[in-house]
Amino acid sequence: MTVREFVKGNEALALGALKAGLNAYFAYPITPSSEVPETLAMKFKSPEYPDFKVFLQSSSELEAINMVIGAAATGVKVMTATSGPGFSLKQEGLSYASAMELPFIVADINRAGPGLGNLGPEQSDYFQATRGGGHGGYRNIVLAPNSVQEMATFPSLGFSLAFRYRTPVIILADAFLGQLKEDTAFPTISQEKFDAPWATTGARGETRHVLASLHLDLEDQSRQDERMMKKYEEISRAEQRAELYRTEDAEVVIVAFGVVSRLCKAAVNALREKGVRAGMLRPQTLFPFPDRYVTDLMAKGVKRFVVVELNIGQMLYDVRLAVEGGAAVDRLNRFGGLLPSSGDIVAKVEMASA
Amino acid sequence: MMPGQEEGANEYEVRLGRLSALTSKPTHYCSGCEHGILTKLIANAIDELELREKTVMIDSVGCSVFAHEYINVDAISAPHGRAPALMAGIKRVRPDLFVFAVQGDGDAAAIGLQELIYAGNRGEPITIFLVNNAIYGMTGGQMAPTTSEGMVTTTTPEGRDTVYTGTPIDASKLLASLDGPAYVKRVFLPIAPLRAGGLYSAAGPLEGARSVVNAFKVQLAGGFSFVEFVSTCSINWKMSVLDSKKYASEVLAKIFPPGLYKDKLGVEKR
Repeated sequence: MTVREFVKGNEALALGALKAGLNAYFAYPITPSSEVPETLAMKFKSPEYPDFKVFLQSSSELEAINMVIGAAATGVKVMTATSGPGFSLKQEGLSYASAMELPFIVADINRAGPGLGNLGPEQSDYFQATRGGGHGGYRNIVLAPNSVQEMATFPSLGFSLAFRYRTPVIILADAFLGQLKEDTAFPTISQEKFDAPWATTGARGETRHVLASLHLDLEDQSRQDERMMKKYEEISRAEQRAELYRTEDAEVVIVAFGVVSRLCKAAVNALREKGVRAGMLRPQTLFPFPDRYVTDLMAKGVKRFVVVELNIGQMLYDVRLAVEGGAAVDRLNRFGGLLPSSGDIVAKVEMASA
Repeated sequence: MMPGQEEGANEYEVRLGRLSALTSKPTHYCSGCEHGILTKLIANAIDELELREKTVMIDSVGCSVFAHEYINVDAISAPHGRAPALMAGIKRVRPDLFVFAVQGDGDAAAIGLQELIYAGNRGEPITIFLVNNAIYGMTGGQMAPTTSEGMVTTTTPEGRDTVYTGTPIDASKLLASLDGPAYVKRVFLPIAPLRAGGLYSAAGPLEGARSVVNAFKVQLAGGFSFVEFVSTCSINWKMSVLDSKKYASEVLAKIFPPGLYKDKLGVEKR
């Protein structure tokens, strides 16, 4: 059965996680993500969600991510949400959790600017999310919704990927998507139960589980790193996700994710009306970056990509890496919490293609 | 019975032979270090209370980071100072499990003080053992939050100046000031020299053994339990083992007086 609700993105994220069988949520409040814990606090102990056993507000972002680590080590479905300044504080935990291969979801409702910045939307946590923002070498799967609908469905996808690959999954949204209200469908999601034979839930006879990130022996750490590298390569092969819009005969393709991709869609339509063969590639996974889509488009004759993003240029580098010099790459950046208009995007593409 | 001990005071039985909660691996702890004693006391208490198959131990950062090599239970490593938050996460989703951590003074009373205080304030049903040896052992002897005034460390080469760096933090008193914790105790753990010529008191380890069992019983009854063990670090104090025991009893035990700071459930009276 599908239920429709008119909800904010942050509320949809919370409800979508509950529908996916969320067991526990730990977080520290931060604008513009606070409707996530507020929605979950309202649903805590509701007979609607009998599996939602734990809601706890922590004393800090650090405490929250470490509570998530503890809970995840027992194999339950656990999530936290935050925004930029809090996401920075989560990086220590993400490094340890990645080393110990723990599955859970961290949502980052990206706000503007370094430091405190402001409460407008940006996509400036892209590097921190996609590169492994903590110490050491690791990657996390990063999902990028562009609608309240995807805010509702990505928690289910996130848990599925997190348990399949034993990795933290980041949902990278922004202040606009968090606050935007849209008509949203909540289909009944099959609440997949994931096996966690590695979980630390008490030794059985001589069998016990140790989740540790310390490998003092150099060869041991090297073997661990190599295994992780292979896992990230496998994720890159198998899990690239993207939406293609009017790219069949496109010569120029806009690359955009998240909220700004919606303006780009309008820009593609306007460009088409003007006779420009434009299309759009919208990555839904930022790690793995959908580079296969880029190379496929180039094989079909795309000569130019225009990267539109709400930061000073971050995904731009992933597009350049995917293109490997085989096509032109232009950029349009807005930041500070501001969005470009679709007219700005049309003008940029026309100028670049001229 | 130890000389001078009250009759019946020691219900504790030292198990002979292999403990199921202890691996066969020799510990890496330095000679004279109390970590090895505490490891044995913990394994003994796990066996005594039959907790092994429901236990998850948290390795903290410091000399206890290898605890899982010696204590034969499920284990997970915490980032530096965050063990209480991990334990809270585990217990909230799985109240049927049993959790504990051995933390150092730097881990619990410096970088992880917030996690410690808030876990205590919420009365999380978890057990924390703080090994207070007044110095950073694993990193090679730097000033700890518990370093005594005048003590020479690698980062206080002229001795700790408490006007400049603050006075030693008393984690037991801090926790006892909160409503949440059920059991807060400080124990002098070292085997102490009674007089020159080789007579030693094992009162510390025996008191430690009772306290570990009591702390575990408090968690099983749903309370937050914390035991601070005043300990030594002869290597980093740059003393002989014997001198370190003397220093601990003559100096540290005065800054950190042993005692029962809180026992809401009355486990010590039973």
